[in-house]
Amino acid sequence: MSDAQTQIPVTVLTGYLGAGKTTLLNRILSENHGKRYAVIVNEFGEIGIDNDLIVESDEEIYEMNNGCVCCTVRGDLIRVVEGLMKRPGRFDAIVVETTGLADPVPVAQTFFMDDDVRTKTKLDAVVALVDAKHLPLRLKDSKEAEDQIAFADVVVLNKTDLVTPEELEKVEATIRAINPAAKIHRTQRSGVALDEVLDRGAFDLSRALENDPHFLEAHDHDHDHECGPDCDHDHHHHDGHDHHHHHASDIHDVTVKSVSLRGGEMDPKKFFPWIEKVTQMEGPNILRLKGIIALKGDEDRYVLQGVHMILEGDHQRAWKDGEKHESRLVFIGRDLDAERLKKSFEACQAA
Amino acid sequence: MPTVAPLDLEGHCVAAVFLNDVPHFALADGAIHRLDNGQKTVQANDGLLAAFHDAANDRLITGGEDGKVFAVKAGGEVSELAGAGKKWVTSVAAGPQGAIAYASGKTAFVRFADGKIKEFAHPRSVEGLAFSPKGMRFGVARYNGATLHFPAAEGKPVELEWAGAHTGITFSPDGAFLVTTMQENALHGWKLADGKHMRMSGYPGKVKSLSWSVKGKWLASSGAPAAIVWPFQAKDGPMGKAPLELGTRGNTMVTCVACHPSQDVVAIGYEDGMVIAARFADAKEVLLRRPGKGAITAMMWDKEERRIVFGSAAGDCGVIDITA
Repeated sequence: MSDAQTQIPVTVLTGYLGAGKTTLLNRILSENHGKRYAVIVNEFGEIGIDNDLIVESDEEIYEMNNGCVCCTVRGDLIRVVEGLMKRPGRFDAIVVETTGLADPVPVAQTFFMDDDVRTKTKLDAVVALVDAKHLPLRLKDSKEAEDQIAFADVVVLNKTDLVTPEELEKVEATIRAINPAAKIHRTQRSGVALDEVLDRGAFDLSRALENDPHFLEAHDHDHDHECGPDCDHDHHHHDGHDHHHHHASDIHDVTVKSVSLRGGEMDPKKFFPWIEKVTQMEGPNILRLKGIIALKGDEDRYVLQGVHMILEGDHQRAWKDGEKHESRLVFIGRDLDAERLKKSFEACQAA
Repeated sequence: MPTVAPLDLEGHCVAAVFLNDVPHFALADGAIHRLDNGQKTVQANDGLLAAFHDAANDRLITGGEDGKVFAVKAGGEVSELAGAGKKWVTSVAAGPQGAIAYASGKTAFVRFADGKIKEFAHPRSVEGLAFSPKGMRFGVARYNGATLHFPAAEGKPVELEWAGAHTGITFSPDGAFLVTTMQENALHGWKLADGKHMRMSGYPGKVKSLSWSVKGKWLASSGAPAAIVWPFQAKDGPMGKAPLELGTRGNTMVTCVACHPSQDVVAIGYEDGMVIAARFADAKEVLLRRPGKGAITAMMWDKEERRIVFGSAAGDCGVIDITA
């Protein structure tokens, strides 16, 4: 819908029990930031703040009746968002807190697949809270912990005071290995600046790939990227980089991997059928994909993002003078054939 | 020429009904406005999510964000019938002998006229509720089908299965058919005598409004650029038959339908606020209200078949007089 100004932004908070979600939620509800939030939780109990706009909702995953196993939505969110949006003047944004074991995918897909929800709201970002101390254990005993990181736009690496600097480096490297595109914040007691988790526009095609200049470059091994004075990336995060990114198997218990592709200008007649086919065939294995594509004969950058089989793309802005017309694409998922993706991607380049 | 008496209110209109022939408008903030020698207002729920017109008792049953269920009667009498705790009450229905049903999370409740309450726990969320017109029986729309309960008796419920999420539910006036609205753009029906399935699909949008015509011969529905009206005269319902498409418009969707109490005519409300009436026999249309500020969300005919009360998502409500 074109009525963009009335779309309420939605932030999804994931993370295991004890990772610090409630602490962060309490800050969002109590800090003086001039915005009002409606919060959808699974259980009231933990939040110590009395607020009319905290809604308890039972997680309810619905498979869509279209034969696609990855097409799942959260039925309870559809109902609650519709109810909240009947009185839209009460809040400026919505925060959805998921249970510790929740799969973030149905939550996110709800905001793309349900027409009513999509008309009235827009997914802003998925934020994963991670307990620095317990992550290695979590990764051992559950797929969900890994999925939550793989799916996140922002990772809040919390409780850093409970680990040694070496342990912290290792945990951060693991997170990077699972998800090279996410922005990582090291915190204690969920002490991240709220503007780093709220109003991120991570799913907004015109903003998503713009506000993180390191997107897709975080794992550039040749380090040719030079940050300008207005680069807001946390540079110290590079400290933790070991170069395991393309080989998740180096890190124990990690099954998600990312495939980063880079090429020149693409032939639109080849590229679009290819990406359609990849998302159709590999959809169940793809958790997220993001890309900036240079199309031959097109003056604009083309930006793409996807969740499983859902693919969104649009012209973003004109290439700047002197900007290299190159295409970059990252897939985060399981059982991805990196070699085949690379070859078929490169075959889409314009002659 | 039909005339419209407008009533401009603030907010989303959840229900527009006649109680004792007086137009009442239930808004999402829980305010119940009525046009009774001037505009008067009483307060029901703190956050009103669902409403059901209990025709037999001439009252409006409401449920809301405050976890409460109210009954609103003509003249502004509001009484609290039940509470379900902190969770939202998302669906309400009224049945025979003064019984009502309401849903909160995974539980359906029935409150009998004497105030006794019975709980029906479900493994998944209770999405929609409706009483059968015959006997003390009610249906629950749920994930992968519908469940029929017999609240006055002990015994197992009847499970009707169909894959997918069922969000709303209605019985035909003769009690022979059960129809659900779905998360996908379709209706599903069961012939209750033999459990035979009826698939009614092809809608470009979700179906949110259903209305049975007089004696249940037709079922009108929203969710398309026209009112989709399914024939239910045959013993197997609409199977193998095409629906009528009435009031087709190219640039907007039907959001609300309300069948005439005695004739084969349906009032059709659109996304842009327009209201027309269309006749089944020849598809003839009459404009009743020009487009307004918001989508039509609620409509009801009065007993004299002379007026239609309507509400919209933007609060521009009113009463149409078709004889004036």
